[in-house]
Amino acid sequence: MTGIRFDRVSVAYGGTTVLDALDLTVEPGEVMALLGPSGSGKTTALRAVAGFVRPASGRVYVGERDVTGLAPHQRGIGMVVQQYALFPHMRVADNVAFGLRARKVPRREIPARVAEALEMTGMGEYGRRYPRELSGGQQQRVAIARALAVRPGVLLLDEPLSALDARLRSGMLAELARLHRELPDVTILYVTHDQVEALTLADRIAVMDRARLQDVGTPRELYRAPRTGFTASFVGNANLLPVTVGAKGVAFGGVELEVDTRGAAKGAAATLCVRPHVVGLGPGPNRLAGVVGEIQWRGATHRLYVDVAGHRVMADVRELRRPPAPGDAVEVHFAPEDAVLLEAGVSGG
Amino acid sequence: MLVHNRAGKWAVWGLFLVLFLPLFALPLLVILAASFAGHWSGALPSGFTTAHYTAATRGDSLQALTTSLVTAVTASLLALAVGTWGALGAHALPRPLRRVLDALFVLPVAVPSVVVGLAVLVAFSQPPVLLNGTRWIVILAHTVLVTAFAYQSVSAAVLRLDPAYEQAAASLGARPAYVLWRIRLPLLLPSLTAAAGLCFTLSMGELSATMMLYPPDWTPLPVQIYAATDRGRLFTGSALAVVLMTATLLVLFAVARIRTRAAYR
Repeated sequence: MTGIRFDRVSVAYGGTTVLDALDLTVEPGEVMALLGPSGSGKTTALRAVAGFVRPASGRVYVGERDVTGLAPHQRGIGMVVQQYALFPHMRVADNVAFGLRARKVPRREIPARVAEALEMTGMGEYGRRYPRELSGGQQQRVAIARALAVRPGVLLLDEPLSALDARLRSGMLAELARLHRELPDVTILYVTHDQVEALTLADRIAVMDRARLQDVGTPRELYRAPRTGFTASFVGNANLLPVTVGAKGVAFGGVELEVDTRGAAKGAAATLCVRPHVVGLGPGPNRLAGVVGEIQWRGATHRLYVDVAGHRVMADVRELRRPPAPGDAVEVHFAPEDAVLLEAGVSGG
Repeated sequence: MLVHNRAGKWAVWGLFLVLFLPLFALPLLVILAASFAGHWSGALPSGFTTAHYTAATRGDSLQALTTSLVTAVTASLLALAVGTWGALGAHALPRPLRRVLDALFVLPVAVPSVVVGLAVLVAFSQPPVLLNGTRWIVILAHTVLVTAFAYQSVSAAVLRLDPAYEQAAASLGARPAYVLWRIRLPLLLPSLTAAAGLCFTLSMGELSATMMLYPPDWTPLPVQIYAATDRGRLFTGSALAVVLMTATLLVLFAVARIRTRAAYR
């Protein structure tokens, strides 16, 4: 079993630091999602593992082996990229066999292993086809089969679903989860900008922004108790309200709210993080009075933007029979245990 | 077609024929007519004969055709090898060095081919490398002249090649040589065959440098045509020219067939 370890890895392109001293350990057999907006350094981190970018400083380990100075073909990893990069001049079976032939696997073992890899991704019937004769989703499966055929200890997935349409994407997401259950020994590093993919698939998520690692944790930890404002807003698009810590709660816009202050100093400034879907409409505990600024119908839910004391509070409520109109005065509320207190100065991203 | 109404289409076709016929087609048609002519004193040739072709496909002339074909094929293959090697090598170089290499490879085209011929003559007329008087000096000059085109078309194709393919191959454990042989060259094949066709055509028609270099036992077809017309045998020269054109076109068609197959794979 092989894990991945980044030891203060920095990458710079012509004076711009695109990855700043990344320290991160991916446990053997774990699915780690690197989540962040574009330009956050997540793809650079993956390419440093694959060997396509050379760190300016720091070391990269795959298992116990320091691979920092090794060429890509010496690293023994599997990789799937956004555009699949299937070899257009080879049939599907030859694409999958490529890694086996390159690694000089005995010739008579190859057909069985190609069939096994294609079977695993449900592409067993397509060996004779050329890549251009396949749909996007099928090409994706072949790319995964090709990477898995060499039985790598580490699988790198670089935005593997972003070229697919929404319906195919959720199907492939379930498929990837199944593959990982079948291959529990494979360590997966999964780069994505999509929080749903990260939350669904990952054992742990590393949140990246502006070349730096912002936060690491299980999806539940990051969602329930984000440590930074960036995580809170990027994972789940939270409300971030500037508050002052009081005696048994916090003060926001002149209203006392009951929340767990976790020993924060009284009188200190802080940020209250509340997810839109835990905010209810109408009276309740921790009520806030405001005016509806905007309302969006989203099928199963209504998204309300309520202006409270000069701040816009988002609330996702079950579809309303008689939704309020912009300009109506409303009350919103949330349960004390649904709010998390963060350090001051963080704002919605 | 970008023109959609009928009158417009006819007008465009008319304009095309008016421009195309006199500029491109007529000179070729005149040569074709002359190659079958016994006399040509009026507006049109007279005295239809195939005697010129009988002469053009035997003896010295046949020898000249083989000489041209062997020269062109050898020079194109050498140029393709050198040009591809150069283009792949240049791609791995830092940008300023790549510019220098680009300029070096284009030099033989920028310089008049007579000068290239003279340069090759002067350089290889004495030891240590004495090629003057052998067929190799002709082949060498042709190679020097056409390598520029091979380099340019392959180098453009290498630049367009998506690095994702070679990276995918490398991540699967393929060494650089294996990637080159199994991924990069096959993906470049359409451009390589296009370059080969271009080099072959240019070499088949090369005269000015060849004139300065050819030994008596290695007379390419353009030289033969020049010699015939120089002696006033215009109709024989025309027949030889038609043979040259036909041979070139046949080879180009063959290359184009490889190309479509390569693109379809």
